[in-house]
Amino acid sequence: MINSISLVESIGVQNWTYILVGITFTLYIGIAVWARAGSTKEFYVAGGGVSPLANGMATAADWMSAASFISMAGIISFAGYDGAVYLMGWTGGYVLLALLLAPYLRKFGKFTVPDFIGDRYYSNTARLVGVICALLVSFTYVAGQMRGVGLVFSRFLEVDINTGVVIGMLIVLFYAVLGGMKGITYTQVAQYCVLIFAFMVPAIFISIQMTGNPIPQLGFGSELVDGSGTFLLDKLDGLSTDLGFAEYTQGSKSLVDVFAITLALMVGTAGLPHVIVRFFTVKRVKDARKSAGIALLLIVILYSTAPAVAAFARTNMIETLSNKSYATVPEWFKKWETTGLITFIDKNNDGLIQYVADKNKNELVVDNDIMVLANPEIAELPNWVIALVAAGALAAALSTAAGLLLVISASVSHDLIKKIINPKISEKNELIAARFSAVVAVCVAGYFGINPPGFVAATVALAFGLAAASFFPAIILGIFYKRMNKEGAIAGMVVGIVVMLYYMLKYKLGWFDEVTPDKSEWWFGISPEGFGSVAMLLNFIVSITIMKFTPEPPIEVQEIVEQIRIPSGAGEATH
Amino acid sequence: MEKNNSKAYWKENIKYLFILLTVWFLVSFGAGILFKDLLNEFKFGGFKLGFWFAQQGSMYVFVILIFIYVKLMNKLDKKYGYDK
Repeated sequence: MINSISLVESIGVQNWTYILVGITFTLYIGIAVWARAGSTKEFYVAGGGVSPLANGMATAADWMSAASFISMAGIISFAGYDGAVYLMGWTGGYVLLALLLAPYLRKFGKFTVPDFIGDRYYSNTARLVGVICALLVSFTYVAGQMRGVGLVFSRFLEVDINTGVVIGMLIVLFYAVLGGMKGITYTQVAQYCVLIFAFMVPAIFISIQMTGNPIPQLGFGSELVDGSGTFLLDKLDGLSTDLGFAEYTQGSKSLVDVFAITLALMVGTAGLPHVIVRFFTVKRVKDARKSAGIALLLIVILYSTAPAVAAFARTNMIETLSNKSYATVPEWFKKWETTGLITFIDKNNDGLIQYVADKNKNELVVDNDIMVLANPEIAELPNWVIALVAAGALAAALSTAAGLLLVISASVSHDLIKKIINPKISEKNELIAARFSAVVAVCVAGYFGINPPGFVAATVALAFGLAAASFFPAIILGIFYKRMNKEGAIAGMVVGIVVMLYYMLKYKLGWFDEVTPDKSEWWFGISPEGFGSVAMLLNFIVSITIMKFTPEPPIEVQEIVEQIRIPSGAGEATH
Repeated sequence: MEKNNSKAYWKENIKYLFILLTVWFLVSFGAGILFKDLLNEFKFGGFKLGFWFAQQGSMYVFVILIFIYVKLMNKLDKKYGYDK
């Protein structure tokens, strides 16, 4: 009897998922057909006429990846206070972007980030270093996205992960190749709406359930509805210390590391080519500033909700499972156990679930991703809400993947083929090359999605570290320091990337030692995730030192810098 | 003349950036990280203040900072005739 009821319910979730995913996918494809790109300008920068609001929404969807949507709340719920590094890091970067980069790069008016590097540093070597950085950053990032698409498909639609990756590839292929930046921009607008709705609905439901407050941001600072008069966070601090964990609101990372990771993520955010390029699509400098503000506002709606979801889910989980009999656990526990995302080993054979900080006694291992994926089930929300989460997660992963693929294809067809290899290529052939490189990029990304390289776990940290160590200093110096020359910038980027790669390979992946070196060997106590800030500083120091001993840039280049600093007369993006 | 105009514009721009980025640093790295423990002595509803800045407050301030910047710069553009 119980089984047949749960069967009916699970069919319900399945059908809802098919319906919602089907509707959203049709919508994306419809938009792609409507927004076909006819010229390279439409393909690279959506014709340069996107409104600040649409660009803000597209930037937000582009930015919020499978990791933001699925994993972030879970990571915070296990890390407590320490989770703030992601919240501040991934939003604070937009302040740097809006104030220090976006308006000037829009005024500069080209198609890609390596375009700026190549022109500002009057050298194809600099351009080539830029292309390599852009490809390195974007490929590390996109591999994780395709994997995310596959995971969501396999968990919610019960298809094989690889089939899921292939379906995702086909969809992205269709609208990225056909529509280029124009198609991507308008699908991202739709994807933002889907993903934010899908994230907020369960959060609001759970906030009402636990605290009676419909606004999650306020709810997690409120008293629980159980009549005890205890604040949720105080309760959670108590539960955590009882089980031997650090106090939830305290965290356990060192101050210097929290500082370094936050800085690396902020600076990395501001240096990511797929984010920067979004600001080439608006009409005026003024619009670039405004759309950065809108983008951050839309991102913060999700990011300020995530820590609330984290606290709710953590409290819920401990109360539902800790010291409870395994025989009586709720249905969702068994379901997610089969996916391997929850594991329980009854070490002392007492039939109870011991969830404690001590690794030798702990019997329960819960994957980060559960907190968002299973949250609606844990809170016993209706089936359509559960299905909505699947559609939202797919929107988040697809929108980011598409944005990254565009950067890859533009780097190849525009920066490499048009600017370095064959400057005489016709507009029509360049467009064909752009589409062809997008196809190749999707296939490579799909390959990594199906055969994830061992370093997938490190990819996000690596992508941010590389962006922080390479583009950020080169662009900032290019705008704010007229005297900066090609010798300095190239040396800085090369040193930054090499040091970052070395540190990541040594301390995160353990390539150079028998075992990955311990925390105690980290330079200045800074983790590989936070090392981007050191590599960035190194880039600045090397650039400025080398510059002092080499000739100043030509007068024309210094004039370009003067021009970039003035907002008026921002022409349309040109070759 | 044109050159002086753009120099003066740039100088004011830099002044704004300096002020706004100081606030940016103070709410995140200051209140959310360096002075977190000190601020945690104070409570704001169920939130310890340092924790609130780290997981909520700093993000709200970031959004406000960008919109203040947009306002300031639009005014500055007008003042120097760069708004066309």
